[in-house]
Amino acid sequence: MAMQDLIIEYIKDEYLEEDDEVGLDTSLITSGIVDSFSMVSLKTFIENKYDISIPDEKAAPEAFDTVRKIIDLVHEFNPDAT
Amino acid sequence: MAYSEKARAAYKELIDGIRNDGLFKEERYIHSEQGIEIKVEFPAGSEPREVLNFCANNYLGLSSHPEVVKAAHEGLDTRGYGMSSVRFICGTQDIHRELESKLTAFLETEDTILFSSCLDANAGLFEAVLNADDVMIADRLVHASVVDGMRLCPAKHDTYKHSNMEHLEKKLQEHQDARYRMIITDGVFSMDGDMAKLDVMCDLADKYDAMVVLDDSHATGFIGKRGKGTHEHCGVLGRIDAITTTLGKALGGASGGCVSGRAELVEMCRQRARPYLFSNTMAPVVVAAANKVLDIITVTTERRDKLEESTKYWREGLESVGFDLKAGDTPIVPVMLYNAKLAQDMSRDLFDEGIYVIGFFFPVVAKGQARIRTQISAAHEREHLDKALEAFTKIGAKYDILGKGKQEIIDTYGL
Ligand SMILES: Cc1ncc(COP(=O)(O)O)c(C=O)c1O
Repeated sequence: MAMQDLIIEYIKDEYLEEDDEVGLDTSLITSGIVDSFSMVSLKTFIENKYDISIPDEKAAPEAFDTVRKIIDLVHEFNPDAT
Repeated sequence: MAYSEKARAAYKELIDGIRNDGLFKEERYIHSEQGIEIKVEFPAGSEPREVLNFCANNYLGLSSHPEVVKAAHEGLDTRGYGMSSVRFICGTQDIHRELESKLTAFLETEDTILFSSCLDANAGLFEAVLNADDVMIADRLVHASVVDGMRLCPAKHDTYKHSNMEHLEKKLQEHQDARYRMIITDGVFSMDGDMAKLDVMCDLADKYDAMVVLDDSHATGFIGKRGKGTHEHCGVLGRIDAITTTLGKALGGASGGCVSGRAELVEMCRQRARPYLFSNTMAPVVVAAANKVLDIITVTTERRDKLEESTKYWREGLESVGFDLKAGDTPIVPVMLYNAKLAQDMSRDLFDEGIYVIGFFFPVVAKGQARIRTQISAAHEREHLDKALEAFTKIGAKYDILGKGKQEIIDTYGL
């Protein structure tokens, strides 16, 4: 599965109720879908999936605000990830 | 000058930002003791006026109860004002230990340690008993002080969807390699008034070898047939490993908190919990009054019974005139309005009608979930409830939301 679909699937499973939708540019943090308290599992998922380790200073909530930004973040640490 | 003009300007801008976002909090000065009929100065500088209080956590109506006030006076006379010491140096009196024993008996646990607040209890507990090999798995809607306590603890942390036991089970499976798993939840959630599913949770805890920690601040004293809390209501007395709770709400409402649970966990708090080690505990006068509160609620369930009846009356009253309520059966009764401005406008109008309630909206509750939270007390009499129902009906009619469901309110007012 492409990175985008995989991340969206995870977010739906982990944070949303059945009928909620999320797209590439849906804001996750500022809209309150994901808060800084529950963000940890998203970070862990991405780190494990793409074999990266995101240091705290790069893991500010803003960096996780949209799926697009998350993909950029992954590529920063693992340029070959797909 | 260390506090530069630049810093001052930056803070001013931040504060203006809070104001512009509609999130600026203002105090309202109460010119009477805490109770139902109180005198409130609002806005600041205006003549204080009599209103009926529907937003206190004074669930049992004990905050200004004559017997409690008398016990406080006696405590002051016999044990003095302050301790000028932390507990383990020379800051523990006989009455502190007495209160711990009474809480242990009431909550049906093994031992109890007092803190100066439940916020401190939550700040101390996790760090005192867990290390980096462990994992804490919390409900996403736990109280801010639980979140902060978890942040102070080196154990890993994870969360599950609010009250979603399938999601919790999945998380427990994921974390089987940790040394200890700790499930963390509030008993009654303060914004929605719903209760944790402790029975299912305790079964999952047994199945996946996890401890259960419960913050029962909005339940101790009145939830469950004898008022012991959510663990009594759910039939899991003795199965919760640590309960944190407050003396700042139903139990007299002054201040204080505790961790009550497994003897070793409580002992670890005595040895390691930083708010216990490095800060004074509850003042003698507060402890003496709290001892009286425990006596009162141990000998009779009269107050929690009345609270239960009044809550039922209040819910049915609001429902019968057509308000949209969050379902539940705790004394926290949220009137759903969805739109933040509507919640603010209605609470202001209700205040003008002599009913003191507060509107809550994002970020305190989820976006599109704005509401007026009403809270019932055993000190509410029927006439108080009737007067408030009348005011709610009048204001509900003014905004034309009576009999309207979620979608209709959103269609009219937006989100
Ligand atoms: C669930 C919960 N836990 C803890 C606290 C903090 O209690 P205290 O005032 O004793 O610090 C509160 C108070 O708002 C609460 O609602």
